[in-house]
Order: sequence, then structure tokens, then C-alpha cells
Amino acid sequence: MDNEVKLHGFWPSPFVYRVIWALKLKGIEYDYIEEDLANKSELLLRYNPVYEKVPVLVHAGKPISESLVILEYIEEVWPHNPLLPKDPYERSVARFWINFATDKGRSAVRSLFWGGGDGKKEAAEQMFDLLKIIEEQALGDKKFFGGNSINMVDLIFAWFACWIQPMEQLVGIKVLEPSRLPSLHAWVKNFKEEPIIKENLPDPERLLAYYTRLTSNLVSKPT
Amino acid sequence: MEETGGVKLLGFWVSPFAQRVKWALKLKGIQYEYTEEDIYNKSPLVSKLNPVYGKVPVLVHNGKPISESIIILEYIDEVWKQAPLLPQDPYERAQARFWAKFAEEKVRQSVWEAVCSSGEEKQKAVKSAVEAFEEFEKELKRRGTKFFGGETIGFVDIVAGCISYQLAVHEEVGSIKILDSSKFPAISEWIKNFLNHPLINEGLPQKDQMFAYFSKRSKEIASRKMSHKTA
Repeated sequence: MDNEVKLHGFWPSPFVYRVIWALKLKGIEYDYIEEDLANKSELLLRYNPVYEKVPVLVHAGKPISESLVILEYIEEVWPHNPLLPKDPYERSVARFWINFATDKGRSAVRSLFWGGGDGKKEAAEQMFDLLKIIEEQALGDKKFFGGNSINMVDLIFAWFACWIQPMEQLVGIKVLEPSRLPSLHAWVKNFKEEPIIKENLPDPERLLAYYTRLTSNLVSKPT
Repeated sequence: MEETGGVKLLGFWVSPFAQRVKWALKLKGIQYEYTEEDIYNKSPLVSKLNPVYGKVPVLVHNGKPISESIIILEYIDEVWKQAPLLPQDPYERAQARFWAKFAEEKVRQSVWEAVCSSGEEKQKAVKSAVEAFEEFEKELKRRGTKFFGGETIGFVDIVAGCISYQLAVHEEVGSIKILDSSKFPAISEWIKNFLNHPLINEGLPQKDQMFAYFSKRSKEIASRKMSHKTA
């Protein structure tokens, strides 16, 4: 039991994937437990009583919840193949962009994909403005947000690499257009081609089917 | 602005976010220069130092700006090792980060939402706030220590600390009641202990000034919400 690592997850979740990628990039062995969110396990409810959500990382029997908290924990316990810069100022910049993606990204996604019909075009433009800031100020002319290699910021922005496409198809609006966001578009390609990432990506068709089901089942916004 | 080693803080007198940073700097005995920003009439400096959000607080160290209060706290703790805010053990650090996030997103935010809303929305927000307080109370009881950080003030205390001096004002402004001391004895005791610390209590904004400010601010937000609904 001593140093066993377990991850409770749900296959379509980008939050779970962040943790999977972090563990794999650092070569950490772990057991994966797929949770049915419509029928959560006793273990999950015990490990995350506050939110009852995935991902939950369990290390040596002790649970950690919230993907960003988990990533910082992984980084501290297994510092090899670092996912954050060593310099405190550079770390604060990385955390700033992680917070930006989480904070602004979440509300932008909500407006665009769960909002009413007429507001969608406006929401798409707002999402574009956000992505433009990310492209110009966070990415710049780097290959990855982490520079020459992937770091935690890339893992957080990965939502735009894989999860935006099924959403774009559902809504019928292309947000991540190559001509309007060339560097970000190139980043998506580079990110998905990185060996460890490539081997650990959700199936796009399965993802589309999942989100199609989700949106058709909804009468109002999800909680 | 260019001097090496200089620490400057741009803040706003009533901002709970700026207060978090002040507390951290004081607890670690870090000398800093404070600049008050009028957030309704921002100086070009704020846009220069925080181009993405244009907000305070911004900490400037060795000429480099750091924004977002919780990120600033992490930075301060990494650069100045004395009087650590986060625990040493990685698992305990993860717990501290989890509860700090909870304090910010579930506790502080839900109270403010309750203040700025009305009718059914207000009722929902008050319910969320009370539920958040119940979780917080449970965790404080479970730890059984004077502060979240143990016997000394730590990361979670600082992030949650704004409720110690602003909650009562918010309750009055919003005509809501959340902190029933008979229902939340551990939180009530924690607030008492927290405010008892001289460095915490020093220089806090006056109650009547906070009341005036939050009354005005919550009305502005409420009317903005109404105009969005009717538009």
C-alpha cells in the first residue's frame, strides 16, 4: 500500500486528463479507477466529501482533490521532469495563466456552449478575444507554453486542443480558426503530437457523442 | 520602481484581496511601500503592471509585477522563508491549497453574491453561503487548532481572513444572516483569535466606511444585473 498511486477519473473529463498527463510525463505508475458520475462509488464520496467530484488522486491512502491542487502536489512529491519553472517569479507567471484559463475560460465556455441561441455569436467573439490574449501574451513565439517542452500551463490549456472541437461542431461556430489564431493553432498540433500526449488523448468521436447526448438532455444550464 | 530588492504593493483600501497580501507581508516582517489606487480612476501604472486584468493588488518585487492575491501569497512564501504560510509536508500543503480555494470560491464569493442579489437568487446564494460555512466549520472542528494553520496563522487563515472583518458589514448591507455564532462556534472562535493578532487587526478599514462603500457597490451591481435582465 505504501506508495501506491491511484487516480479516480471520468473518461471525458479534461480535468482528469491533466492529472493523467502529469503522472505519465513524470513516469509515475498508477492505478486508474473509472467512476460512473451518475452512480458514484462509496470510495469517491469518502475521498471527496466536499465536492464529490473527479479527479481524486490517492497517494499512500491519502486523497487529494481539485485538479490544480493535485498538479501542484505531484510537482512537489515528484520534482523530476518539472512542470513548473524553478524561479519564483516565472512560477507566478505560469500560475497566473493557469488561473486566467480557469477563471475566464470557464465562463466563456459556459456562455458559448450552454447559452441561448442569439448570444452565441457574441459569446464566440468574446471567446476569440480571450484566445487572442492567450496567444499573444501567454504563448508568444514559443512552441509550448512551457517553452521547448510541455509544462503545467500547456496541460491546463489542453482543453482548447481536444475539447473545443466537439463543442465547435455542436454549436456550429469555429472559434479556433487557423487564420485568426495561427500560433495557437500550431500549438494545438504540436501538443497533440507530443509522444506521451498522443498516446493519451480522448477519442474525438466518442467525445462528440458524449457532448451531443449531454446538450440534448439539457433543458437548462448544467450545475 | 527599478531598485533591486524593493517591495511595492498597489492596493485599494477596502479590497479583501489587497488585505491578504498586506497580512502576509506583515507576518513575515517584510518592508514594503504601499500605493493606494483609486480603482474607479485607475492610474496608468495599474494597466502597465497588470495589463490583462487592470486590477489590484499587484506586488512589485525587483521591478517585476505579480498579480492575483493567492498567487502573490504563494510567491511571497517561496521568496521569504521566515514565518512560513504553507506547511512543509506536501500532503498538508495540498490540503491548505484545497481549503484556500474553497474559502475564496465557496465562502467569500457566495457571501458577496448573496449581498448583491435579490429575491429567489438571494435565497439561493444565502443557502450556498451557509452550506459553505458548514463545511468550513466542520474542517475547523476536525483540525481542533487555534487557526487553520495550527497554532500560528497560515495560508488558509489569510485567504479566509476577510470574513473576520467584512462579514458582519456584508450581512448588514445585504440584510442577510449567515454567521449564527451558536451554529458556528468554531468559526466564531477562529474569527476572535484571528482579529486578536496585532498585525492582523492593525490598519483595517473602518466599519462605517466599509458599510458606505459596500452599500453603494452592491447597489451598482444589483442594478447592472437588472438592466441585463430587462435588456
